[in-house]
Amino acid sequence: MSEILSNEPLQQTCLHQKHIALGAKMSPFAGFDMPIQYGSIITEHLAVREKAGIFDVSHMGEIFVSGTEAEAFVNHIFTNEVRGMDKGKILYGMMCYPDGGVVDDLLVYKEFEDNHYLLVVNAANIAKDYAWIQEQIKGFDCRAVNASDEWGQVAVQGPEAEKYVCDILGDKAVADLSFYTFLDSEYRGKRLIVSRTGYTGEDGFELYTAPEGIVELWDKFLSAGVQPCGLGCRDTLRFEAGLPLYGDELSPEISPVMAGLGMFCKLDKDFIGREALLKQKTEGTAKKLVGIEIEDKAIPRAGYMVETEDEREVGIVTTGYHSISLDKSICFALVDSAYASLDTPLWIRIRKKTFPGKVVKKRFYQTNYKK
Amino acid sequence: MSKIVEGLKYSESHEWVKVEGDIAIIGVSDFAQKEMGEITYVDVPEVDDEFEAGEDFGALESVKASSELYCPVSGKVVEVNEELENAPEKVNEDAFAAWIIKIEMSDTSELDALLDAEAYRSLIGE
Repeated sequence: MSEILSNEPLQQTCLHQKHIALGAKMSPFAGFDMPIQYGSIITEHLAVREKAGIFDVSHMGEIFVSGTEAEAFVNHIFTNEVRGMDKGKILYGMMCYPDGGVVDDLLVYKEFEDNHYLLVVNAANIAKDYAWIQEQIKGFDCRAVNASDEWGQVAVQGPEAEKYVCDILGDKAVADLSFYTFLDSEYRGKRLIVSRTGYTGEDGFELYTAPEGIVELWDKFLSAGVQPCGLGCRDTLRFEAGLPLYGDELSPEISPVMAGLGMFCKLDKDFIGREALLKQKTEGTAKKLVGIEIEDKAIPRAGYMVETEDEREVGIVTTGYHSISLDKSICFALVDSAYASLDTPLWIRIRKKTFPGKVVKKRFYQTNYKK
Repeated sequence: MSKIVEGLKYSESHEWVKVEGDIAIIGVSDFAQKEMGEITYVDVPEVDDEFEAGEDFGALESVKASSELYCPVSGKVVEVNEELENAPEKVNEDAFAAWIIKIEMSDTSELDALLDAEAYRSLIGE
């Protein structure tokens, strides 16, 4: 996980006191003091795969864009196609630099009010993203507001998430939400967004409302028996599901095309970075992100070298674990494109030894999304 | 409070050493296993591998992190605890029962440089 180190004092989410009271192991992440685990990462991981878990994701950023030209503007900075989106729909995609490098990956919500969009961005990138948006918005008849401090967010994830969210919100309509859609509701007199999204590979919801409401909802989910889950298992879960983490698998140096996320870049429309990405897609890139599975229990960690049989370095591990759900040692790695096709044999240097493995699909775990 | 066994030697990198003649039985301390959390893999050397005092001979891995193991004394590996391959959690369950390797020491005077239980207790501040 990328940790942003600086001299700035750590920020706290609205649930910080709850984490401390639960005895969570806390660590700096993206400028926030965040829970890594409450007890066992393995227990928390399996709770999400088998039942339901709740995550504090209040550190994420919420940027609202509205105005006559909001659609044109969002479509200009976002790789996915915003035109023709239905209200209540959500799209995943990236904001790119002109050279195709990634500013951030994010979700775009098309709001129910005309010409209103919500951009949900990574915590580590809120300031950078907002500055980027303010720079690009010049000349468009719309405005962007960074409301990150006014919103808390929890993710309730797992096969039983629907049952808990329906019960606790007392709203059966949430069961009818399909994947990547949301509804607007109200909680304690404040706006509540219920979104069928997540970062675990399981069915689940993300709930956004004012901080006081989030604290109350957190208590209700815990009282109902939902497992509190930290960033530790958030990373193992998203990794198994083949989902990238900004800073590890996407960055100013790792474009969506290199990361195998070209399907989220609509190259038949105009947006910042399009020409560069089109060129990368047409001509190929020097490096590509792949999955690698090794035949041993040793664990490939971020930064470890990927080698050929004759010990030539051809890549570097970006994220790796001994997968909790699959009981296999697997990783994402950025490798020379000549070694990126499925089943290519590759070796990973772990301490003093190298371990043989091969290129496999990045979606290691069969995801279970609601259709 | 971490468990500390009297009569053993300890390294500043949190290995313990039990001496039986010229054999050093080596494991990691209870403090170390607590710091690591759930151990999911123990990377061990092979019999007949030779190590210098202070050299890394393997590693403990948890879900999120790996931590290298350092050989407190010089010598040759005569036995490794094969049981840990399929049951790394034994280190969490009882760090003093879950020995990792046995070393035939080449220089028993190196033991004098290690900590006793009291000195180790003050090292970890308990």
